[in-house]
Amino acid sequence: MSDVALRMEHVYKKFRKGESFNSLRDLIPALTGRMFRQQELSQTDKREFWALQDVSFEVKRGEALGIIGHNGAGKSTILKILSRIMKPTKGELMVNGRLSALIEVSAGFHQDLTGRENIFLNGTILGMTKREIESKLDQIVAFSGLEEFIDTPVKRYSSGMYARLGFSVAAHVDPDVLIVDEVLSVGDYVFQQKCMERMREVINGGATVLFVSHNLKSVTEFCQRSLLLEHGHIVEIGPTPQVISSYLNRSRSEHLKSADSKSVVISKVTVRNAAGECLRFQSGEKAWIDIELTAYKRCSKLSVSLYVTDEQYQNVFDTSTERLGHGNFILEAGEAFICTFELQLNLADGVFHPSVIVYRYDTQTEYDRWAPAKTFYVSSDQDVRGAANLFPKVTRHEIRSKAASVAAIASDEGRNLA
Amino acid sequence: MREELQELNKYRELLFMITYRDIKVRYKQSIMGFMWAILMPILIVMSGIVVRYAYVLAAHKQLQMADITSVAVKSLPWAFLVSSIRFGGNSLILSNRDLVTKIYFPKEIFPLAAVMSSLFDFAIAAVALVVFLAVVQVHVNLSLLWVPVLLLTLIALASGIGMVVAAGSLFFRDVKYIVEVLLTFGIFFTPVFYDVRMFGDKGKWLLLNPVAPILEGLSACITRQQRPDLSWLAYSVGFAAVALLGGYVFFKHLEPAFAESI
Repeated sequence: MSDVALRMEHVYKKFRKGESFNSLRDLIPALTGRMFRQQELSQTDKREFWALQDVSFEVKRGEALGIIGHNGAGKSTILKILSRIMKPTKGELMVNGRLSALIEVSAGFHQDLTGRENIFLNGTILGMTKREIESKLDQIVAFSGLEEFIDTPVKRYSSGMYARLGFSVAAHVDPDVLIVDEVLSVGDYVFQQKCMERMREVINGGATVLFVSHNLKSVTEFCQRSLLLEHGHIVEIGPTPQVISSYLNRSRSEHLKSADSKSVVISKVTVRNAAGECLRFQSGEKAWIDIELTAYKRCSKLSVSLYVTDEQYQNVFDTSTERLGHGNFILEAGEAFICTFELQLNLADGVFHPSVIVYRYDTQTEYDRWAPAKTFYVSSDQDVRGAANLFPKVTRHEIRSKAASVAAIASDEGRNLA
Repeated sequence: MREELQELNKYRELLFMITYRDIKVRYKQSIMGFMWAILMPILIVMSGIVVRYAYVLAAHKQLQMADITSVAVKSLPWAFLVSSIRFGGNSLILSNRDLVTKIYFPKEIFPLAAVMSSLFDFAIAAVALVVFLAVVQVHVNLSLLWVPVLLLTLIALASGIGMVVAAGSLFFRDVKYIVEVLLTFGIFFTPVFYDVRMFGDKGKWLLLNPVAPILEGLSACITRQQRPDLSWLAYSVGFAAVALLGGYVFFKHLEPAFAESI
């Protein structure tokens, strides 16, 4: 066995837009019509489009590869071709070992069967043997946290329970190649953490993973390498942080193409340290964010707002030129405006996204928004968690004897009474 | 072809699982439970008896027990065939739509599972039939050894047609309705209520229907203790083999396009 787990070579996939003939009644007249009018053939050709064009990549055994791109870029098509649900129009494809796809994990469920029966049904559909399922049944049930309801028909489950059961089965397949498509968003926070944990286990267990997600944070966390897909082409393949930043830049240039109608656009955002452009910082370091605006029409009372979100796009910090006492400004058509925010990154370990909005202060009209504009990474020497780094120190650390602690409580109570 | 069959063999547990699911779900939701398996054949047998009674009245004869047993013996396999094709034909587009588009495995499992679950119903009804035959004292004899051959031919035929209809109705919505009409009126072109012998020389035209020699054969070896007509049986076996093989090749040829066409 080679160390390549899966490979795609020059894969093309063509789809047909619109309805094709889907009843014999329509097909037969159409076929006879076509014999007389040749030009109809070229018309049907126009209705076809390429969902994937010349896609080639390979993934090594034990590697995790992320796939990012806009909706409709062809991510799901790649996964469907790899999992053999669809056949490529052209090109070669090689998968080494058992492949399992975490796509629509509860697709195999039947409403009228109980949770237990569905575990067996779905497990077999995903390629497990009955014996294998029997040996893992307890684990699966425990993972789902549905012990009490396991003999209830799944039609009485809530949608969260449904998804949890589906994921629990799928997560125990032990594949050589695992394909994950945006399924980690099921269940509550605790269950999501459990899923992430399980993913990590699978990866550490030596499986090859292909991960498709819009959650750039999880992609960064799981995949050293990523692939950027745009309109069916591979645009870039390389280290994840680099691919993500070019993904964000490209989204922006797409946006700017339609900028004619706008009055002001944010044309450039740069994150840098004292030395120059930079995306990796130590906690507590200083960062400068340069923002450039270009005006197409005269605009007055402008202000630039900068906010920073965490990996889940929750707001962590938010400010604006106007709130920092720089009033508001007027731009004539053709003028550019440059400003720099200096930030002290009192942030804990993690991924952060600065976003920029330019707006008119008094009417609260938004002219342009670039969110997220960039992604930067903060690391810290201390093990601190959460969004902010409050630079903690433990200044007292002692164990009291029982007598002393009773005395302390008594004196506390005495103080409260007084 | 060989690889495809090996893969099907690899997924045989799934075939049993889907069959089990289909059976379980069918009986779970019904008030009648196992009566369901018998109801449909009983209705066919009853209508057969009415039709038979009309014949004997017209011919100024008496209704014989042999007429009734013959109708009963032929009704069950017919009910099995109809249910296999009906469930099999709908198995891709109705009950398993999500599975067709989301997960990979050999999809012929669905029409085949429909045949197997119909076979389960058939088995239950067959138990009832055997009890009935024992009561009316049909003799056990060597010609009964032909029964497995005849049933296997019928199963092969049902599987072949089931696969063609399943794949066909995925691509063309009206296939389902056409097949439904054929199944409804097919009983008049098949010797279920009548015997081919009644038509004399013209009977051979009816035997061109590949189901006819199978049903006539069953009736011959169970109710009349005779060997089935071997040349016509060979015709049916040949037809069933072609249907099974051709149906499988047809299905496998179209399978890659299922997910995007459904």
